[in-house]
Amino acid sequence: MNLTLKIWRQKGPKDKGSMVDYKVSDISEHMSFLEMMDVLNEQLINEGKEPVAFDHDCREGICGSCSMFINGEAHGPDRGVTTCQLHMRMFKDGDVITIEPFRAKAFPVIKDLVVDRSSFDRIQHAGGYISVNTSGNTQDANAIPISKHAADEAMDAATCIGCGACVASCKNASAMLFVGAKVSQYALLPQGRIEAVDRVKNMVAQMDLEGFGNCTNTGACEVECPKGISLENIARMNREYLFANIKD
Amino acid sequence: MSGFFKSSIGRKYAMALSAFFLMIFLLQHFAINILSVFSPEAFNEASHFMGTFWAVQYILQPILIFGVVYHFVMGFILEAKNRSARVKSYARNNGGANSSWMSRNMIYSGLAILAFLILHFIDFWIPEINTKYIQGDMSGLLPDGDYRYYEELTHKFVSPLRVGAYVIAFVFLSLHLMHGFSSAFQSVGASSMRKEKLQTFGKAYAILLPLGFIIIALYHHFNH
Amino acid sequence: MSVLDSKVPKGPLKTKWTDYKDHINLVNPANKRNIDVIVVGTGLAGGSAAATLAELGYNVKTFCYQDSPRRAHSIAAQGGINAAKNYQGDGDSVYRLFYDTIKGGDYRSREANVYRLAEVSANIIDQCVAQGVPFARDYGGLLDNRSFGGVLVSRTFYAKGQTGQQLLLGAYSAMNRQIARGKITPFNRHEMLDVVKVDGKARGIIARDLVTGKLERHSAHAVVIASGGYGNVYFLSTNAMGSNATAAWKIHKKGAFFANPCYTQIHPTCIPRSGDYQSKLTLMSESLRNDGRIWVPKNIEDVKAIREGRKKPTDLSEDERDYYLERRYPAFGNLVPRDVASRAAKERCDAGYGVNATGEAVYLDFASAITRYGKEQAKIHGISNPSDAKIYELGKGIVEAKYGNLFQMYEKIVDENPYETPMMIYPAVHYTMGGIWVDYNLMTTIPGCYAIGEANFSDHGANRLGASALMQGLADGYFVLPYTIGDYLSHEIRTGKIPTDTPEFEEAEKSVKDRIDFFINNKGTHSVDYYHKKLGNIMWNKCGMSRNAEGLKEAAEEIKALREDFYKNVSVPGSADELNSELEKAGRVADFLELGELFAKDALVREESCGGHFREESVEEDGEQKGEAKRNDAEYAFVSAWEYKGEPSEAILHKEQLEFKEIELKQRSYK
Repeated sequence: MNLTLKIWRQKGPKDKGSMVDYKVSDISEHMSFLEMMDVLNEQLINEGKEPVAFDHDCREGICGSCSMFINGEAHGPDRGVTTCQLHMRMFKDGDVITIEPFRAKAFPVIKDLVVDRSSFDRIQHAGGYISVNTSGNTQDANAIPISKHAADEAMDAATCIGCGACVASCKNASAMLFVGAKVSQYALLPQGRIEAVDRVKNMVAQMDLEGFGNCTNTGACEVECPKGISLENIARMNREYLFANIKD
Repeated sequence: MSGFFKSSIGRKYAMALSAFFLMIFLLQHFAINILSVFSPEAFNEASHFMGTFWAVQYILQPILIFGVVYHFVMGFILEAKNRSARVKSYARNNGGANSSWMSRNMIYSGLAILAFLILHFIDFWIPEINTKYIQGDMSGLLPDGDYRYYEELTHKFVSPLRVGAYVIAFVFLSLHLMHGFSSAFQSVGASSMRKEKLQTFGKAYAILLPLGFIIIALYHHFNH
Repeated sequence: MSVLDSKVPKGPLKTKWTDYKDHINLVNPANKRNIDVIVVGTGLAGGSAAATLAELGYNVKTFCYQDSPRRAHSIAAQGGINAAKNYQGDGDSVYRLFYDTIKGGDYRSREANVYRLAEVSANIIDQCVAQGVPFARDYGGLLDNRSFGGVLVSRTFYAKGQTGQQLLLGAYSAMNRQIARGKITPFNRHEMLDVVKVDGKARGIIARDLVTGKLERHSAHAVVIASGGYGNVYFLSTNAMGSNATAAWKIHKKGAFFANPCYTQIHPTCIPRSGDYQSKLTLMSESLRNDGRIWVPKNIEDVKAIREGRKKPTDLSEDERDYYLERRYPAFGNLVPRDVASRAAKERCDAGYGVNATGEAVYLDFASAITRYGKEQAKIHGISNPSDAKIYELGKGIVEAKYGNLFQMYEKIVDENPYETPMMIYPAVHYTMGGIWVDYNLMTTIPGCYAIGEANFSDHGANRLGASALMQGLADGYFVLPYTIGDYLSHEIRTGKIPTDTPEFEEAEKSVKDRIDFFINNKGTHSVDYYHKKLGNIMWNKCGMSRNAEGLKEAAEEIKALREDFYKNVSVPGSADELNSELEKAGRVADFLELGELFAKDALVREESCGGHFREESVEEDGEQKGEAKRNDAEYAFVSAWEYKGEPSEAILHKEQLEFKEIELKQRSYK
């Protein structure tokens, strides 16, 4: 198929940037979206132009690197996939595809479609851990039985790949689905309960500091999340946060 | 709890709590108004009680005003903050693919409700305050000895323009509540988004209550 | 006498590690605060090492090319992690895990290292659970296990099909704690481009800030390389696009020997490639082989009919199918080790039985598993005489619970529903057992420079068993390196801060800068990927699942020629002082172009078949094992460790003779 791509080009963090049109042809429907981008870049290099910079790594939907806003949606029109798993069979011959970076004040653009998501890391530095040493001499893994239900629910929250689609999709650029998932994973497990009060307070404080917007429960994040992280995690974080503040 | 209401989540709670209060107030307001359709006397009695009972006037009324003002002011503050969280907007944003129109436009339905409230205050609240607290007439009576409330109410619904404005405002209220009801529950951590019964109840509330207000307005418009 | 000293402690195998730990030198806490350690790579090995070293009190700097340590490619490991916990009571033990790993590795790994790995494996699970890793549990609340290829017990712990992700997030959480304490300084979007040696010891690195392009000097008392494997030398692999051998190759060029480069694991269950544009291959977890049965049609006519779309795989009756693994290896069936399963798939496809258009695919079928589980569930739920539809529904539920995310992934990529039609799979490059040579202390031949995880060679011999990579990465990082590096650093307490304004750093930075400038100024005609794909082709065709002397000689020559062409004609757009992914790729591919040649050279020298290295000249001629790989213990029971001497062709081979005292060398039979 032949496509027209409207892509955000921006030389660097301080450059103003603009949308630029490109044409690609002979795209197979079996290609992944990033393989289509590879075709474009190969074409640009052969024309002596600078290729489009975009984040990507594992190309199997788990590392959370890829981050494009495609036709008005994070990771494009398909559900439950990252951009690298999005396949061209979702598009038609002659389509015009708009490709933009994830936009948020807390995700400044580095170049073209590459954004800086280190704000997510700083939130995790603030409390995304259980304070056990790494000696391995803690206690036997089966010493604390954990109900299958709690373990499964914690796993569902822990599935978050930290790609930032939630922030990109949210009209408020809120990070609450991400932070909610990280808080929930530990809140659901007995090992994590011990520091639960400090954890939620510190992580929320850091989230607020980073300049993310506030959640207004539109639910866009849940729909666009490639890993299907549930809004329940935000509700849980809200509860945890209230109780943490009452306890203090 | 220091700093709680300054945090993002604390403000969500505050918005939700003021919303709960306003939603209960709306129910109460509706319960009294609907009396006007069935029994002008009962409506007059209830209005007079609400208008003169000290606890309503000096405790609930200030709380209500605070609740309304808080909900609006905080709504605007959060909207401004949320807008600033995305410096550059998308060239193409397909919000309809992942969220409802109502949820994305609470500020606009809210603004429409605010405009309505101003009209409503000019229509009812300011004259009430004038009569009762400036002119000092706490009797609630017309010169002919009847209660004035029903008379005033029906008088306001003569103009088709005003009735039209009321109807439009209630449509916006409905849109606001369509998202606001379940959103408030989600904000306080009640996971309403996943509870089907609560969702259905919220939808019913968001549609039936404003519809009821519309019916009252139309009823009086066409009956007098 | 070899120049290689493995430094394996004396004494009985079972007490070596304990005795070793009892007698090493320690660094007192006050002195640890004055010692810096650099960790390059933040996957399971690097992340866990960084966290533990920081926990102990050293000042740690971590480097990763990703935008966050939590994106390292360990995250993509699906199936699970082995540990000798024997929670299932099925006869597992430290010794059995040790034995399985040595045997699975085709007797080409070092006994003492493997035993230590098996010994600390149980601690990993304890550690991870304490950190909040949500491993799968059964209804009683205890940890669940599954079984993996090449073993007869269930010792694999898992978190859905995302075990690597959960373990990495666990290690990352441990890092977070140390970052918050200020004990780890993370340098993300940074790439190590050279190691700096001062007086023969590793004393720092030159790194490039990938965002600004700035070259930075970082000094330390020890440098740990945890940068993973070199599977991307094949261009197409299950590795991440950015996975590279640059850090490992740089230390190799500065004196670290490179061991067994030819030992590559070709994973049997990957999604087949669909076209020339393919940028990477996607793995389908080995855990699928617990329940999936692998087959191709028995009759070549059916193969043709399927390829032409006249027949569907589900049209074929049971006796028209060839379950070739069950046929050839009745004892292990579909759960034979990876190398065996891969070669068997290749054998069938080479014989013309491949079931897709390219002729490179076999079926992985879940129909019988769905029926089996469905019947079991019907019993549990007390349904007598269940209908076929009910059985299917119940069985599908179980399969979905176990592998749902993998099935979904398959459907997204291939656009076929694997519940209804068998999956198509084909082997793909997955893991490299070879790597930097290390001694028992995990130290390379450069003093003060360590290699851990996939980057080193030590534990998997010629073939790695499933779910053992995660085990090794975390064992090295959490429980082995923190002891062994302490012994070295105890001699560094008087060194003091290492300055970076010395001639050694100056010179290293200059050579890095010259190379970058060369690429930027080399206005060639071909993109970096053009060369990478060509290299991949040579590697796959001549150094792939089966190798022969002639092909390997050709490969070495072709790679050398390709490398020369690369330096003449490669084109790198953009500049050096910005985010420039083409420039990053150019440096990595340049290193692959050298490594690939050494790979072929190593494969040529090893005139035996062992594990993932299959030489067509070395097969069993007759008997029950006819056609199977033939190992040659008399001549090749050694580790090849290559010393860099300028050109890959001039590399010098050093041999570390492997001694097996606990285990009798046997032919690896899975029949």
